[in-house]
Amino acid sequence: MAGTNLAVNEDLKSDTDLQKENIMIQLDGVEKVYRTDRIETVALTNINLSVKEGEFISIMGPSGSGKSTLLNVIGLLDVPTAGSLELSGKPVTSYKDRHLARIRNEEIGFIFQTFHLINDLSVVDNVEIPLLYRKMSNSERRKRALRALDRVGLNSRVHHFPSQLSGGQQQRVAIARAIAGNPRVLLADEPTGNLDSQMGDEILEILKDLNREEKTTVVMVTHDPRQAEKTERIVRLFDGRQVN
Amino acid sequence: MLKNYIKIAFKVFLRRKFFTGISLFAIGFTLMVLMVATAFFDQIFGPFPPEKKLDRTLGIFFLRLKGPNSQSSSPPGYALLDASARNLPGVEKASFFTVPGIAYSYWKGEKIKSFLKRTDGEFWEILEFDFIEGGPYTRDDEHNANFVAVINQSTRKRFFNDESALGRDIEVDGQRFRVVGVVKDVSILRIVPFADIWVPISTSKTDAYRKQLGGGFWAMLLARSAADFSAIKEEYRSRLTQVEFPNPEEFNEATSGAETFFEFISRMASPDQTKNHPGMLLAVIVTLMVVFMILPTVNLVNLNVSRIMERASEIGVRKAFGASSLTLVGQFVVENVLLTLAGGVIGFIGTLLALAGLESSGLIPYAEFYLNYRIFLYGLALAVFFGLLSGVYPAWKMSRLHPVQALKGGSR
Repeated sequence: MAGTNLAVNEDLKSDTDLQKENIMIQLDGVEKVYRTDRIETVALTNINLSVKEGEFISIMGPSGSGKSTLLNVIGLLDVPTAGSLELSGKPVTSYKDRHLARIRNEEIGFIFQTFHLINDLSVVDNVEIPLLYRKMSNSERRKRALRALDRVGLNSRVHHFPSQLSGGQQQRVAIARAIAGNPRVLLADEPTGNLDSQMGDEILEILKDLNREEKTTVVMVTHDPRQAEKTERIVRLFDGRQVN
Repeated sequence: MLKNYIKIAFKVFLRRKFFTGISLFAIGFTLMVLMVATAFFDQIFGPFPPEKKLDRTLGIFFLRLKGPNSQSSSPPGYALLDASARNLPGVEKASFFTVPGIAYSYWKGEKIKSFLKRTDGEFWEILEFDFIEGGPYTRDDEHNANFVAVINQSTRKRFFNDESALGRDIEVDGQRFRVVGVVKDVSILRIVPFADIWVPISTSKTDAYRKQLGGGFWAMLLARSAADFSAIKEEYRSRLTQVEFPNPEEFNEATSGAETFFEFISRMASPDQTKNHPGMLLAVIVTLMVVFMILPTVNLVNLNVSRIMERASEIGVRKAFGASSLTLVGQFVVENVLLTLAGGVIGFIGTLLALAGLESSGLIPYAEFYLNYRIFLYGLALAVFFGLLSGVYPAWKMSRLHPVQALKGGSR
């Protein structure tokens, strides 16, 4: 009898471990408060969120609900005021700038609503940016950037400049830049917000393909319920709190 | 990575052509002034021919005589040097010679003004003049008071219209000398070797100089090595305490020093002139140069800082994709150093033109200014220093931008 109990406990333990191993993003009691001399603004309150590896979730909520703040905290661009954040089991909340920079470089790819391409650089030079901060040869860097551009169907525009491209093409360049370093997590802040619905659908399809084929975890902030429904799970925020 | 930095730097410079132009002009002009100044210093203190052995040469340029009621400052006199500066331990050769003085010649109905220097034979053994024809006079010529002379190229032109001067006579200061050698012109900034005409000391009109403690002479001491300098200086100082003063009621104490030319200049620049302070002089020069650089630096810092807002989004993107603050500091400093190096190129061109203008103006007799590798290296170092000085603060400020705020295009 005792032997059976032990076996059950071990099974339970290994299930928990397995679950833990599968968690890519884990937020516990995360809070974010912006303080100035006069005002204190609470952007996030008690956020508890787990995102599994290979999951595609969307974050929805009205303007000012804390969607982008949450994405920035997950992307290590902003530091939570309280609570903890683990990425792939690593307690990143306590890491210093240099270490955070390395994790952003190796583990995370960002896609922004306004693309944030550097207009002075060509398409391929833009895509190479994450790879500049890794040790690799110029030829390898160029090869990877071209592969990423090929993945988003822009291999005929590699030497164009951002201003010579349509909005949809610019967002594809931004996706290519985000995936050039093979990140495990893609964070997209309203990636279709500046595009018409057809372009928006195309961009979402690329993200879904990446999620399906590369098993990349995708967290997407969106206003658009139609886009959000196409993801596996929707996390809703209101006034900085999770609502269901 | 560097290629990417250079690309973006180039684009940023072209984006604001007017400001880039102003920056380049300010940097170029500043560096030009500093490089011209450096060329001057190099011309005065650098190891140029005929002073090729400056690294082991000391000079005696200064004497202060002090008595109960009076004191006098002057170059040392022959008698003092003869008594105190001969056979100093560690000295390979010593030479005594007069301070260059103006002498007139009346030649074919014309009055010609020249700088005349009376030297011993060792003068020609220590210094390495470039002889166009003939050679130097010797210790024997000096010993026998032979009326021989070495003249420079310009003097040959003035007297003989560039024809050979060897064996021909010239009249200087009412004396007639036979030319035994012609040397290339030496810049007036090299006061030790400089003259138009060199003749033996012993041809002086009187031998009163042999008894004078003060006045009219300098000495050049070629040490076996620079390591002997301190012993030589010490021995010379100690010998000065044993000098016999002909009239102790007038002067009974002599202060002088065996020193490098830079040390001598630092002595002349000091308030009491009794000691040299080369370190202080160097500090003053460096401070002046830095102060001169501050204005364009502040200007450049302001321009760079004002560009932060323009490039906030780029900074945000780079941070988001893995650039640490330190990496960004590196990038912006590299960009600024590239800008200052571009300004440095303008500075070099400006310096070449300014030096050519100075040379052709004849303001400094026989000066030959050119950008040798030393000035090039100083200039390069100045440009890089300038780049760092004006780049580090804006770079640091840029790198401190919060990535989220930077992506929104502003600073918190």
